[in-house]
Order: sequence, then structure tokens, then C-alpha cells
Amino acid sequence: MLDVFLFATLNGLVTGLLLFMLASGLTLIFSMMGVLNFAHASFYMLGAYFAYSISSYLGFWIGLLLAPVIVGILGALVERYGLRHVHRHGHVAELVFTFGLAFLIEELVQFFWGRDTKNYQQPDILDFPLFTLFGQEFSAYRGFMIFISVLIFIGLYYLLTRSRIGIIIQAAITHPHTVASLGHNVPLIFMGVFGVGSALAGVAGVIAGPVLTTFPGMAVVLGSIVFVIVVIGGLGSLAGAFIASLLIGLLQSYAIASDLGMQDLLALLGVSFERSHPLNDLWTLTLPQIAPILPFLLLVLVLIFRPTGLLGKREE
Amino acid sequence: MLKKLSIWVVFLAILLILPLLFDSIMGISILNQMAIAIVIALSYNMLLGQGGMLSFGHAVYFGLGGFMAVHALVMIEFETVTFSVTLIPMVGGLFGLVAAIFIGSFSTRKAGTVFAMISLGMGELIAASSLIFVDFFGGEAGVIGDRTFGPPFFGVDFAQDVEVYYLAAFWVFIATLFMYLFTQTPAGRMANAVRDNPERAEFIGYSARRVRFISFCAAGLFAGIAGGLFAMNFEFLTEENLNAATSGRVLLMAYIGGLGYFVGPIIGAVVLTLMNSLLSNYTELWMLYLGIMFVLTVMFLPRGFAGFIMLHQLAWHHGRLKTLALPYLVTGVPALLCAASLIGLIEMSHTEADIFHFLGLPLNPDQLVSWALPVLLTLGAGYATRSSLPQLRDAWHAANTEGKRAK
Repeated sequence: MLDVFLFATLNGLVTGLLLFMLASGLTLIFSMMGVLNFAHASFYMLGAYFAYSISSYLGFWIGLLLAPVIVGILGALVERYGLRHVHRHGHVAELVFTFGLAFLIEELVQFFWGRDTKNYQQPDILDFPLFTLFGQEFSAYRGFMIFISVLIFIGLYYLLTRSRIGIIIQAAITHPHTVASLGHNVPLIFMGVFGVGSALAGVAGVIAGPVLTTFPGMAVVLGSIVFVIVVIGGLGSLAGAFIASLLIGLLQSYAIASDLGMQDLLALLGVSFERSHPLNDLWTLTLPQIAPILPFLLLVLVLIFRPTGLLGKREE
Repeated sequence: MLKKLSIWVVFLAILLILPLLFDSIMGISILNQMAIAIVIALSYNMLLGQGGMLSFGHAVYFGLGGFMAVHALVMIEFETVTFSVTLIPMVGGLFGLVAAIFIGSFSTRKAGTVFAMISLGMGELIAASSLIFVDFFGGEAGVIGDRTFGPPFFGVDFAQDVEVYYLAAFWVFIATLFMYLFTQTPAGRMANAVRDNPERAEFIGYSARRVRFISFCAAGLFAGIAGGLFAMNFEFLTEENLNAATSGRVLLMAYIGGLGYFVGPIIGAVVLTLMNSLLSNYTELWMLYLGIMFVLTVMFLPRGFAGFIMLHQLAWHHGRLKTLALPYLVTGVPALLCAASLIGLIEMSHTEADIFHFLGLPLNPDQLVSWALPVLLTLGAGYATRSSLPQLRDAWHAANTEGKRAK
């Protein structure tokens, strides 16, 4: 029992940190431009694919360095020549634009790399069990994922709160006009943040590609969950996004690992149903079965009862 | 009044004549899909175009209505209930309405991002549940029905697709008429007001939430009718019909056609259905072209095709449309050439054949030389388009402003 719990926690932590790497960029972009970027997970997918292509020539580590840079430049270009152009048509147009972009990137990935799953492997150097507990191995690569994520967060935290650029960024989020009056190029800051946010998604893609498989649907699989996290955490709140990422990661991990179901709940209440009962599917639900929909259930509940999210500010 | 009435008579006439013009099996099948697409796209326009609610889960009401309709077909087959299958779309519509009343009761409290997120969440939730609740949704395999049972409707038993087309045409006409009439009711007008300025609407004394709720329920009803038509036409439904991809396609249709104009979604539905059924025969890359077209539409035609047509209203009123013809030709021909050679390039890079026919020219994709011509053509045509743009802009300006001065 304890071993299941421990490994579910560790796996949940890996997923949660990975999700936060995406959610942090999305949250930063949202707080600057007020736009939820539907294509954010597409940059994550691009990261994985670029890293796959680079690693097959130059090895994993060069891919880890180069792929996020390429994705970041692409993101900056999208902001400069796409989003900024659409901005004058209003908010809905911006949201629809990013939605269309996500659609387009998925098709482009299929065009350049094909529809099949890519054999993107973790580096040999990390292909060993980091430690063994209760007879179960925890791979070094997962440890590496945790290490990279934590490293990036510390770096991001210091950049945002301690550096001059970070302070200008924070000021530009709340008072863009004042910052512009002080002589800073606010559109350039926006472009930079969009690029860095996309690059972060790219990093997530590079390190998640080998574990979560690299295929054209990987953006869709993660994309809506990242959205859920940003909304549950409270739009624009980095701390909220962090809590929500870990919450969703752990929740899904526990649900998959558990063997509980409706029948246990009913047994606890002393109720039982025949197999022929018309709602049989409902009475035989198990937690692993509903694990994929838990985030969305949580999203709808949060939006109904606390539309601002966990740490969100008051609505305008 | 007479002018408006004549538009509807023309619409009805077109609906009735179309199957006579395109009477092949494929023609009828495309017309049926078009009919379904028109109803769902129009119902989506009620939400986004008229009510300002961006939904990422509109296929839920389409799918739920469709599933209920298939179950109704099964019930008719086993004589649990007895009524004519002509009413099947209504069954779908009512179930779509019920679902919309339930979900709308909490999702319409806010518009904007909150509404969009709830619609996304509910869409994912129901699409995922449809794989869990096998009894109603049939799991991966879906649910199958048969439309030929039940009492015949004046001797028609709907074994032929043409018969289904006329039924669909009837429902399309009814649905379009009622959706148009809805925009003329106080509820429809208030939906526009709440879309543009919810605060002001509340000050006049309307509850923005209730206005949104009414639009939302009406949209759910018509989406359900479209689902019922889908059930009649295809006789089966799967999870695919209510998942996020279908919802996205509806958004694409309405947006490309043009939001805010009543005819916009109809144009979008027709264009997308044609692309879907005709283009997919020629190239497996048609989704890529669709994506490019969509992104370009959002960037340069924010009001869609219908909005583009409507831009010419002023010039037309002043009889200056003629002056635009030549500049359009000068820009349009190289633009089309550029697009065509670009598509040729894309197709050539993806082909597995030894000889690729590029605009009629047989080229060998393995030789580097054969790439030079298409690349040069694309760049040249692109440059010609670009350099003719200022001229077009001037002509456009002249056509619109001179008219004003004359007035």
C-alpha cells in the first residue's frame, strides 16, 4: 500500500512539475496580453519534435539546448506578425486566432514529420534506475525531469523578482502605459515574454517527449489540461498555477494508481445493485476509469463555485 | 416586406431545385451533409455572433441530440413507441434543449473567458463520459439505428438518400426561418445588446444572465435538431460527433463564413462541406489548407466571407463596383497564381509518385531543377501581388469615398 502511494506521489510530482512548466508560460502570457493562448501546448509539441529531429543528428543534449531556442523564436514571430495584427479585432478574434494556430500547427507537424509516433528516446546516460524502493525502480530520467523543472522555476523566480528585466516585466503587466512613458519598449517586452513562455513550453516538450511519447496528438492531450490548471489556479496567478499543477498531477496519479470505485462507496453505504440495473455503467465506475475526466470535473466545479480560481484576483 | 418574403421563397426554391441539379449519389450525400452543417453553424452563430458567447463545446448539444435521435429510431424499430421518423429531428432538438437548459443554468452566468472555459470543460467532460457510459453512447463503436421503420409518411419510407434530403430541406428551412425570426424578437435584440454592453443592458433592467440563457437554450435546441438530422442521414453516432474536434469544426465554419451576419454561417457551412467532401478526394493535406485558410481569415477577414462581401455594399450603392473590377483582377490573378504554385510546391514535396504534374507540367520531384520553376513562380507571383496592393488600396478608397462626396 505504502509503495503504491509513494510511487503515485513521485509520478504525480513529475507530471505536476511538467504541467507547471507549461502553465507558467501560459499564465505569464495571459497576465500580459489578457489572452489565453490555445496554441501554447502546440509549442510544447514543437519542442518535442524539434528535439527529436536534432537529437537524431547531434544527440539529446544539443536538442535540449537548441529546440527551446527555436520554439522561442517561433513564438516571438507568432506574437509579432500574428497576434499583434489580430489584436485590433478584439479579444474573441485573438482567442480564435490562437485556436486556429493550434489547429494549423498540428497539421504542419503531420506534414513535416508524418502521422506516426516518433521514436524519441531518452539519452543512454540517464537510462538507469535512480533508486529502488519496495522492489520498484524509479528511473533516473524522471529524476532528471524533476531536477530540470525545479532548476527552471528557481531561475524564473529570480529573473522575475530579483532582476531589472523582471521588475520591468512585472510593471508592464500592471501599468503598460506608465512603463512605456518611462521609455521602455513595451511591445518588445510583450514579444519577449511570449517568446520565453513558448520556449518554456518547448523545454517541457523536449523533456516530456521521450516519456509521454512524441506523436501529433500530444498537444491536444496536454493542452486542455494546462488550460484547466491556469483557470483553476486563478487566471494570471503564478502561485495559483503552481498549486493547481501539483494538485492535478497528484490527483490524476492517485486516481490511476487506486483500485477504488463506486462499488466500494456503495458497499460503504450498504447499497447494492443488480448487474441488469439500467445505470449499471454508473454503479461500476472505478477511479482509474474517471482519472482522465477529473481535471475537467474540477474545472467546472471551480468555475461554478469560485469563478476566480484558487488564487485569482477579483473579477472586473 | 415583399423583398424579405421573396428572399425566403428563393431560398426554398434553391433547396428544392438543388437535388435535381446534383442527383448523383455523391451529390445527394454532400447536400445532406450541407443541410446538417447549415443548421449547426447557424445555431452556433446564435451563441457567438449574436450573443457574444465563445463556445468550445457546441458539439455536445449536437451529439446528445443525435444520440437521443438514434435511440428513438431504435425504439421505433422495436415498436416501443410509434411515430413517424419525420419527427426524429424534433426529438434531437428537444434533447439538445434539455441539455442546454441544464448546462446553461450555470454556464451563462458570465460571458467571455469564463463561459469559454466552462464550455471547453463540459465538452471534454461529456466526450470522455461518452466512452464510459456504454449503455447510452455505445462506447467506441457508437449506436446504430434504422430510419426505415415506423409508419410511412405518405408512402415514403426514407430508404433513399433523396427522401432524406427533402426531409432535411424541410427542417433546414424551418430551422433557418425560426432562427432568423428569433433575431427579430425582443429576446434576439437583447442578445445583441448584452453582447455589446452587458452593463448597460442590466441598467435598462434586463438580466444579462437570463438573456444569455435564452439564446443558449435556443442554440442548444437547433444544434439538437442538426444532431437529429445527422442521425436520420447517417443512422449511427459515435463519440466523434460530440468531441472537441467537432466543436472546433463548427467554430471554423461559422467564423470563416462570417459571424454577425445571418448568411455568414450558411456560406461557411457550404464552403467547408464542399472542402471536406471534394478536396479530400484529391489530397490528404486538405486539413492543412483548411488550417491555413482559417488563420488567414482570422487575420485579414475578421468578419469572414460574408463580411468581405458586405464591405462592397457602399461601393455598390454608389454604382462604383465597376471601378474595382480591374484592380481586383490585377491583384487577384497573381495572388491566385501564387497560391496555386505554393499548393503545387506543398503537394510536390509530399508526393510519392515519380512524376508530379505541376500546373500541367510533368516534373520529377527527385531532381533539384524541377523545384526551381515552382519556387520562382511562387516568389514572382507573390511579388507581383504585393506590388499591386497599393493600387488596389487606392482604387478601393476612391470607390468608397468619392461616392460619399457625390451624395
